[in-house]
Amino acid sequence: MSKMTEQGGTLLLPDGTPGTGNGTGDVLRRGLGVFGRQREATILVVTVALLLYFGLTNPTTFVSRTNFVDLFSENMAPIAIIAVGEVLLLICGEIDLSVGFIYTMAPFIMFYLNVYYGVPALLAIILSLVFGLVCGLINGFLTVTLHLPSFITTLGTGFILGGAALYLAHAEPKSIPPATVGYGDWIGASPWSQTIWAVVIVAIFAVVLTRTRWGLHTIATGGNQLGAREAGINVGRIKYGNFMITGVLGALVGIQTAFYINTIDPLAGGYQPMFYSVTAAVIGGTAMLGGSGTIIGAGIGAVALSTLIDGFDVVGISANVVMIVFGAAILGAMIANVQLTRLRERGRT
Amino acid sequence: MVAQAPGTPESAKPDGYGGGYGPLPGGDALRAEHIGKRFGAVTALVDINLHLAKGEVLGLLGDNGAGKSTLLKILCGFQQPDTGGIFLNDGQVTLRSVDHARSLGIEAVYQDLALINQLSVYHNMFLNRERVRWPLLSNKSMRDTARTHLNEMGINIPSVDAPVASLSGGQRQAIAIARAVYSDAKVLLLDEPLAAMGAKEVAIILDLIGDLKRRREVSIIIIAHNYGQALEVCDRINLLQHGQITFDKPSKETSVQELNDIVVAEYRKALEDRQRS
Repeated sequence: MSKMTEQGGTLLLPDGTPGTGNGTGDVLRRGLGVFGRQREATILVVTVALLLYFGLTNPTTFVSRTNFVDLFSENMAPIAIIAVGEVLLLICGEIDLSVGFIYTMAPFIMFYLNVYYGVPALLAIILSLVFGLVCGLINGFLTVTLHLPSFITTLGTGFILGGAALYLAHAEPKSIPPATVGYGDWIGASPWSQTIWAVVIVAIFAVVLTRTRWGLHTIATGGNQLGAREAGINVGRIKYGNFMITGVLGALVGIQTAFYINTIDPLAGGYQPMFYSVTAAVIGGTAMLGGSGTIIGAGIGAVALSTLIDGFDVVGISANVVMIVFGAAILGAMIANVQLTRLRERGRT
Repeated sequence: MVAQAPGTPESAKPDGYGGGYGPLPGGDALRAEHIGKRFGAVTALVDINLHLAKGEVLGLLGDNGAGKSTLLKILCGFQQPDTGGIFLNDGQVTLRSVDHARSLGIEAVYQDLALINQLSVYHNMFLNRERVRWPLLSNKSMRDTARTHLNEMGINIPSVDAPVASLSGGQRQAIAIARAVYSDAKVLLLDEPLAAMGAKEVAIILDLIGDLKRRREVSIIIIAHNYGQALEVCDRINLLQHGQITFDKPSKETSVQELNDIVVAEYRKALEDRQRS
C-alpha cells in the first residue's frame, strides 16, 4: 500500500487523488506512463491512427491484399531499409544524401556486370552490393579522413552517382538480365519479399543499436565525440562503418526495387527515397543533432509515411495536393514529437 | 627565456620505462622534473618540479594562463614536454599518448568531456571496456558491477539505468571519478572537479575524494582555482605562476589568506610594471 495522508477528513494518496487502493486504474496509469516514456510511442499512436483512418473510411479499397502489398513492399520497405542506415548516421552526427543515388546505380552495376562482362548472376548481385559498400567507404573517407561535412560530401557523391547512372544508361531504362531473374523472388520480385527484408533488417539493426558495442559506440560518438575519443573509442571507424552500412542498404533497396518493378530505371531512387527515410527516422524519434535515435521508431515512421503516401493514393486526392498535405503531416508529426519529448523531459527532472 | 635543451632521451624499451633510474624516493607515485614547454614564442612552462606521494591529494592552484592545463595535458600524455622528464614508480617514462599514460595508471578526468549524456550510468562506467557475450552486451553483469562499485564508493544515484543527462553536475563528476578508479588508475588528474557547482554538489565530490584519500589506493592531483575548497580536501598545495611552481606547502601550514596575498602581490607587481612602461 502506498502511504496515505489524512486531509480534510478523507484519505488522500500522496499525489492528492482520493485513495481507492491500488486498483486497476493505478496499474493502467503506470502502464501508460511507461508506454509514454518510450520514444517510439508517439509515432506508433500516429501510425495506428492513420491506418485506422484510411481503413475505416475506405474499407474495401484500403483494406485489401493488393493495397497492403503496395503499402508495405512498394512504399514502406525501401523507406524503412534506408532509414536504418540514416538512423545510424544521424546518431553519430552525420547524414548520407547520396544513398538514393547508390540505389539508382546498384542495379546498373548488376546489369552491366552480368550482361556485358558475363559475371555470373549471383556474383553480379553481390558485387553490386559491394559497390554500395565502396560508395559508403568513399563517403567515409571524404567525411572522416578529409574532414568534409557529410552534408557536402554526400551531396557531391550523390550528384556524381546520379550523373553516372544517366551517362551509363544513356538515360534509358534497362530490362532485368534474364540470368538474374531466378534470384528475383528472393530479393524483391515476389509480393512480400521486400516487406520481409525490411522487417528482418529493422529487427537486426534495432538489436545492433541497443545491444551491441557497435551501437553503444555509435551513440557515444554522436553524443559526445570528444568524450568518446577520450574513452579510446575509434570515432572515425564508427563513422566509416555506418556510411558503409548505409551504402550497402541503399544498393540492396535499388536492386530490390528493380526486381519489384521489373525494370532498371535511371530515374528510380534519387533524393526522394533518401528524404523519405530521413523523415521516417526523424518522426520516429531520432535527433538530427546526433546522440540519440531509434531504429524501431524509424521503422514505424516508415509505416506512417507509406500509409500517408498510399492512403492519399487510394482516397484519390489529386497528386498536386498530396505534397501539401504530406508536408503538413510531417510538420504535424514533428511538432507532436518535439512537444511530447519536452513534456517527457520535464516530467523526468 | 628557457634554454632549448634537447628532450630527455627516449626510452628504447617497449613498455616506455627508461633505464638507469631507481624507484622513486619516499614512495612517490609520480614525479615531474624540470618540465618545460613552449608554443612558438610563448613559454607555457618554464621549469616545473613536482612530486606526488602515494595516496596524497595535491592541489595545483594558479591563475588562468599560469600553465595549469598545459601541465595537466603533459602529465596525462596528451602533449609531450620539450624538456624534463616524468617519473613513475619504476623509473622515467615517456608518455606517448593518453592511452599509453592510462595503461601506466595515469588517468585525467575532465569535467565536461568525461561522460556520454545519452547513455546510462552503467554504460558510461564501462565505456569502451564493455563486457560482451559476443555479439551482445552483457548488460546485466555490467549493471550489477556498476551498482556494487558505486555503492562501495558511497556514490548515491537514483539508478544505474538512468541516463547521465538526468543527473546533477556533482553526480556526473562523481561517476567520472568512479570510472577512473574502477579502471585501476593509480594517479588521478582532476581538472577543475568543483567548478560551476553548488554547495551540495561540491560536498558530493569532497566526500568522494576524502573517501579515496582514506583508502590510499590512488594518488590525486586536483587542479582548482578556489583556495578554500582546495585547502579543504588537499594534503598539500602547489601554486603555479608564470609556468613555474612558486609555492609548495602542506595545507595545514598555509591558509586562504596566505595564498591570496601571494596572488594579490603578483597582480600589484604586474600593475606596477604596466604603469612604469
